[in-house]
Amino acid sequence: MISIEDLSQISQAERESREAVAHQINVCVAASCLSLQSDKVKEELEKAVEAKGKKDCCKVRGVGCMGLCAAGPLVAVENEKVLYQGVTPEDAPAIVDAIGAEPVARIQGDLEAPFFARQQKIVLENCGRIDPERIEEYIAADGYLALVDTLTAMTPIGVVQQVTRSGLRGRGGAGYPTGLKWATVNKSQGTRKFVICNADEGDPGAFMDRAVLESDPHRILEGMALAGYAVGASQGFVYVRAEYPLAIKRLKLAIKQAEKMGLLGANIGGTTFSFNVDIRLGAGAFVCGEETALIASVEGGRGTPRPRPPYPAESGLWGYPTLINNVETLANIPTILRNGPEWFAKIGTAKSRGTKVFALAGAITNTGLIEVPMGMPLRDIIFDIGGGVPDGKAFKAVQTGGPSGGCIPESGLDMPCDYESLAKLGSIMGSGGMIVMDETSSMVDVAKFFMEFCMDESCGKCVPCRVGTAQMHELLRQISAGEATARELALLEHLCDVVKSTSLCGLGQSAPNPVLSTLHYFRGEYESKIAAGEAAAAGHTPPAGGAA
Amino acid sequence: MSSRPSAKPTAPAPSSKVKTLTIDDRLVSAREDESILDAARQNGIQIPTLCNLDGLTPVGACRLCMVEVKGSSKLFASCVTMVGEGMEVVTDSERLQNYRKTIVELLFSERNHICAVCVSNGHCELQNLAQLLGVTHLTVPYRNPKLPVDASHERFVNDHNRCVLCQRCVRVCGEVEGAHTWDLRGRGIDTRVITDLNQPWGSSETCTGCGKCVHVCPTGALTEKGKSIREMAKQSRFLPYLTMMREDRSE
Ligand SMILES: Cc1cc2nc3c(=O)[nH]c(=O)nc-3n(C[C@H](O)[C@H](O)[C@H](O)COP(=O)(O)O)c2cc1C
Ligand code: SF4
Ligand code: SF4
Ligand code: FES
Repeated sequence: MISIEDLSQISQAERESREAVAHQINVCVAASCLSLQSDKVKEELEKAVEAKGKKDCCKVRGVGCMGLCAAGPLVAVENEKVLYQGVTPEDAPAIVDAIGAEPVARIQGDLEAPFFARQQKIVLENCGRIDPERIEEYIAADGYLALVDTLTAMTPIGVVQQVTRSGLRGRGGAGYPTGLKWATVNKSQGTRKFVICNADEGDPGAFMDRAVLESDPHRILEGMALAGYAVGASQGFVYVRAEYPLAIKRLKLAIKQAEKMGLLGANIGGTTFSFNVDIRLGAGAFVCGEETALIASVEGGRGTPRPRPPYPAESGLWGYPTLINNVETLANIPTILRNGPEWFAKIGTAKSRGTKVFALAGAITNTGLIEVPMGMPLRDIIFDIGGGVPDGKAFKAVQTGGPSGGCIPESGLDMPCDYESLAKLGSIMGSGGMIVMDETSSMVDVAKFFMEFCMDESCGKCVPCRVGTAQMHELLRQISAGEATARELALLEHLCDVVKSTSLCGLGQSAPNPVLSTLHYFRGEYESKIAAGEAAAAGHTPPAGGAA
Repeated sequence: MSSRPSAKPTAPAPSSKVKTLTIDDRLVSAREDESILDAARQNGIQIPTLCNLDGLTPVGACRLCMVEVKGSSKLFASCVTMVGEGMEVVTDSERLQNYRKTIVELLFSERNHICAVCVSNGHCELQNLAQLLGVTHLTVPYRNPKLPVDASHERFVNDHNRCVLCQRCVRVCGEVEGAHTWDLRGRGIDTRVITDLNQPWGSSETCTGCGKCVHVCPTGALTEKGKSIREMAKQSRFLPYLTMMREDRSE
């Protein structure tokens, strides 16, 4: 049975052993750097330390994502505050030689750059700083303190109140108040209850949740256990896509380690609270991120949404009350309980509290993962932190919210980045994907790209989404190819309205968003394509309209 | 609603399980576990439906039964939305009619519905909907997909060209016959009904040959071999009776 004292002992021992070696050399071994052979870099660094007889003062560690994926593989020398980027295995001897001397200027990155300086990390606070495969390092970073402390000092409804007071909203897309959801599940009647962590992350270009799972898996387990205590559940599931093998491997390891220490399992911390976590693998269908489809999939059925109500909070997994939260939502929980809701509520804006993790992608210099306070203007995120558009090209639009979101033009860049403002701009916060487009992108093609995604990912259950997305995709293809007239454009707009208003689940209801927002801000691009189509049609006899 | 206050004070306290609401300005009452569609039908108000069938679990898949509820900008599928106290429902606004028409058009465009050569011509629910909603031609392009016909069963035929994916066959086979022969495979526009693990119907090991799927199928997708148009009119009315009798016996 584990106590606060035990935790602080582990933490103490861990710190001492770390301080015993003067220099920690951290190598990012998260997916992006790993794909650039950072494991080789780590191996070579270890060899170099050995060869140069620096074993007493240098220790090489694999850590999670440091964020600046565009410049990987990344290596940080912790005590010297030196960051190396684009490191190759051949650089290893030079890096080890430079320790305690001048850094290797050729590959040195700038830790004072806005990319690092303007971020504020809660969810990612341990990413790139701890070894995700060692529970002791998480504990040394105050991990599991909130759990053990809460179980012995707070009632479940007290935990719900803390979360409510923090103002935390769901990071899975819709921004639903987390405290309210927890209160509903807490109050729902059921002989059993469940907690599900939604790690399906299907938006193209999004990898926020993957980074947390790969770099700091214990944070999710602690968040889930706290959620379980708050709502009265003793079983949790992480629903994670099978395409994330590294995340799965580290989660499995983390679960085993936590069980061994008594931080998961029966009677945690000597209390009556028991909580187990199992992993369920998704086959990678986007729609399985939708909560009712996810539940159907966990139950072993076909992953298709069902009408709500009843909401999962009332009737979810196998009909029992079920709390479903996104990875990032749960990742905020341990810190909120450790630092208090007031601390959290001070960050961000009045209606969007805390921070948000974004995955920067597309025509942007610093592609990678960032975490900023809610409400930071989009311009600062893209130009200051993101380093702007590369190759001297002009900015055209930023797409937020993935296939359910919209495109925001230059004129919207000074809006604060929070739930309400993005909605006002015709887009959504979504899960945190941010794709920047430069002057060379065709907005009709952007809309076509996302429509193709929705068409392929529609589950096929309801008519408007199943057939409507296919028809809209065909119309966008015709417009893009200059084969369409004003009639097709009008039809496209009508179908957007029908599909948005009548589809069963969020996928269909939001599938028209990329079209609607590009039509709103870049209608001229559609019209010039239409003009080309009209001219072509005038040259030939128009095709005869068919009859039913 | 405001013009017709309900007579509450003198009547005995109404059972908490009965709700009063208005549908198309008509005051109706319904049990709280009844859907808006149930309540409307009991009062002679017709809402177009396709996937819904009395006796089967509603799935809310066709979206034809969408209605407006005052105070909400969202639409609700009336087959899966339960009644609520004081609800004000509109079932036939111009907006709704417009959407329904488009949904029927989308269904016609999705596969190959050539009514003139179909054994269900004249008693097909899809055709009836088109007539009811005034769909005389399509504004969306035909997709003309290449689809197979499975005639391997000795008594029945499954023509994918005419399937609207209402899932009635899947549900009746699972919920009523208990054979679970039917299921769906693929997703989006590539979704198909299948028998067993996508084997020909004729070689299905679970099909009992009861024919319930054929009779609940709203179109000419599932038919009996050798029947003329007139003979092939579907008889789905057995269902509510069957489910009701079973419920009674189990008590
Ligand atoms: C088509 C579709 C896909 C979704 N995919 C995800 C996903 O990948 N991850 C996620 O957390 N939520 C996803 N959601 C939202 C979930 O349904 C649910 O609202 C969310 O997991 C709730 O968690 P939160 O309150 O913490 O945000 C999706 C919703 C829809 C409609
Ligand atoms: S909206 Fe699309 S994904 Fe959602 S239930 Fe309908 S067909 Fe399936
Ligand atoms: S075969 Fe008939 S009953 Fe089955 S899904 Fe298709 S249309 Fe519906
Ligand atoms: S009848 Fe309600 S959705 Fe089909």
